[in-house]
Amino acid sequence: MKHTLSVLVENKPGVLTRVAGLFARRGFNIDSLVVAETEKPELSRMTIAVDEQDQNVEQVTKQLHKLINVLKITDLDPAGSVERELLLIKVKASGQTRGEIMQMVEIFGARIVDVTAEVLLIEMTGPREKVGAFIDVLAPFGIVEQMRTGRLAMSRGRKAT
Amino acid sequence: MKAARVILEALKREGVDTIFGFPGGSVIPLYDALYDCPGITHILARHEQGAGHAADGYARASGKVGVCIATSGPGATNLVTPIANAYMDSVPMVAITGQVSRHLIGLDSFQEADVTGITLPIVKHSYLITSKDDITRTIREAFHIASTGRPGPVVIDIPVDIMKEDMEFDPDDVPPLHLPGYKPTVKGHMKQIREAARVIAAAERPVIYAGGGIIISGASQELREMALYGHIPVVNTLTGKGGFPEDHELSMGMVGMHGTPYANYALSQADVIFAVGVRFDDRVTGKLDAFAPHATFIHVDVDPAEISKNVAIDVPIVGDAKWVLGELITELRKLELSPDRHLPWMEQVESWKRDHPLIVREPDNGEIMPEWAIHKIWQVTNGDAIVCTEVGQHQMWAAQHYLCRHPRQFISSAGLGTMGFGFPASIGAQVGSPGRLVIDIAGDGSFQMTLQELATAVQFRLPVKVCIMNNQWLGMVRQWQELFWNSRYSQTCIECQPDFVKLAEAYGAEGYRVSRPEDLEETLRIAFASPAPAVIDIRVKQEANVYPMIPAGGTVHDMMEREL
Repeated sequence: MKHTLSVLVENKPGVLTRVAGLFARRGFNIDSLVVAETEKPELSRMTIAVDEQDQNVEQVTKQLHKLINVLKITDLDPAGSVERELLLIKVKASGQTRGEIMQMVEIFGARIVDVTAEVLLIEMTGPREKVGAFIDVLAPFGIVEQMRTGRLAMSRGRKAT
Repeated sequence: MKAARVILEALKREGVDTIFGFPGGSVIPLYDALYDCPGITHILARHEQGAGHAADGYARASGKVGVCIATSGPGATNLVTPIANAYMDSVPMVAITGQVSRHLIGLDSFQEADVTGITLPIVKHSYLITSKDDITRTIREAFHIASTGRPGPVVIDIPVDIMKEDMEFDPDDVPPLHLPGYKPTVKGHMKQIREAARVIAAAERPVIYAGGGIIISGASQELREMALYGHIPVVNTLTGKGGFPEDHELSMGMVGMHGTPYANYALSQADVIFAVGVRFDDRVTGKLDAFAPHATFIHVDVDPAEISKNVAIDVPIVGDAKWVLGELITELRKLELSPDRHLPWMEQVESWKRDHPLIVREPDNGEIMPEWAIHKIWQVTNGDAIVCTEVGQHQMWAAQHYLCRHPRQFISSAGLGTMGFGFPASIGAQVGSPGRLVIDIAGDGSFQMTLQELATAVQFRLPVKVCIMNNQWLGMVRQWQELFWNSRYSQTCIECQPDFVKLAEAYGAEGYRVSRPEDLEETLRIAFASPAPAVIDIRVKQEANVYPMIPAGGTVHDMMEREL
């Protein structure tokens, strides 16, 4: 079962190691992990994507709570939250295929950010599935390199995550 | 004032008057400050591991935070085992380690080790101080974290160049505690407590399963009141020894792998298990799916992560054991329990006790049986000594046969199972309990791991008594090899050992040897009455096993009650 944990932590040295180490220690694999400052500079937000049984996620959540620098953990419900990933992808684009790729970029709401004679560098944001679908569509043209940020997620509605 | 002195002043403000440690290059400024710092006694160990375990024993005996100091690099890595030990048994400890100067960190400098990194998985929290301005706040936070909620070790790593700086210190300027991510729950949820009372009142076969949390939270009185009012039998864990008087008729003694048969039968047949301050360790539960199959579980613990970690809990209560038990007793009284509401169960429990007692084998053929020796120690001390143990067979015999009536009386490395823990712990316990008789029940294998602390005991006139159950084997491993590995005794025979009597004397302690059963009691009386530290080398039957035993991963049905 896929879970997205949104973890509010104190922005201090070593906190990432503590959190990541705890996952490793309890035998959990992290699918993706995004960390950055929040609107309050003394706090950071970690968005951790894991694929684990509910019971295991509950246990690791409790263990995370024990870390002194962890303030709040939310196991985000996919229906009640907005999830985004950023993709940077470099695709081979010869004269004939260039137009076709640009069409795909249009359809998926992506953006071309760098152009050379041989390749296009494209950026795209969206939910994980949509990012995946876009990559699938581009694959036949020849992917030179791709990078994904991993999931960011925020709860819908008035309340903070 | 030097920052090193500020460290000591901040420690004093936390109530510290005793520190266990060992000097080294990166803590010279700290030791320089100690040189003329009134109000702090430093106990010089002979190995950092000894200092760490002594701080642990001190904390467990006194209830205060144990403090130890080591230098950077190897000094600090020698503290790793004591820190892990304190972590596993929830012991409040603050370990201060020197670190190389800030400009040398990360350069593989002389005696540099990433101590906060190495200890990360075995601390409740840790700090690497990067500025003198953080010293007083960090020490305040460290003691708060170490001693509240579920206690545990906190490491403070301090670069030596910071210790040498000058700074101001105002004893009245106490830094505020700002720990937004740390708020232990003390008060349990009343709705859950009422539910627990209802479940207990309706139980036909209730058992209380009480652990170290009772001792940590000081809930012995409440536990006793609850057990007596509800007329409920009590099993205890290894760390729970003394939380409920083991000589009380409601006590079923220790539960688990080497627990009493009746404690294990009671848990396995219970319909309601009231677990308090325990963590359903595998040495208690054995095979998890077969553990207490008929029971509804109520679990009280201050650590929410323990709830449903190993066993699914029906009525969880997060909170301090003392607080929760106090409220629970009030709720139970409202339900006006009749003491004979579960008479058949109490009769069953009594018959288990009668038919499957713990056996003390009398001396056989002039050989001292180890549990008989423990029983003698118990008799000679009227069951009132503080007993520390090492890890192995002797530990289990001590747990079975040294019945404890009081909390903080039995100090043993339960979770980590650290050989070499007991002797330095007994030194710490003696420092924390002047005037009490402190005994380390040891094995000949374990004692050899930290025996250099004899020098510490002698130097500081700490009259601890080491009773070695000497069978010339690494007995517990030998027992497993005998029972489960076709008696292939690989590397467990340790016949080549020092003359423990001469060894004790060489250090300036007293040494005794007992080989004949008839000499044991007299020798114990003489050694225990002496004002000096003593080593009593008790030659016990070599290949005696610890029984009862439920093999690892087994159930109560697999119990071996006695030697076949």
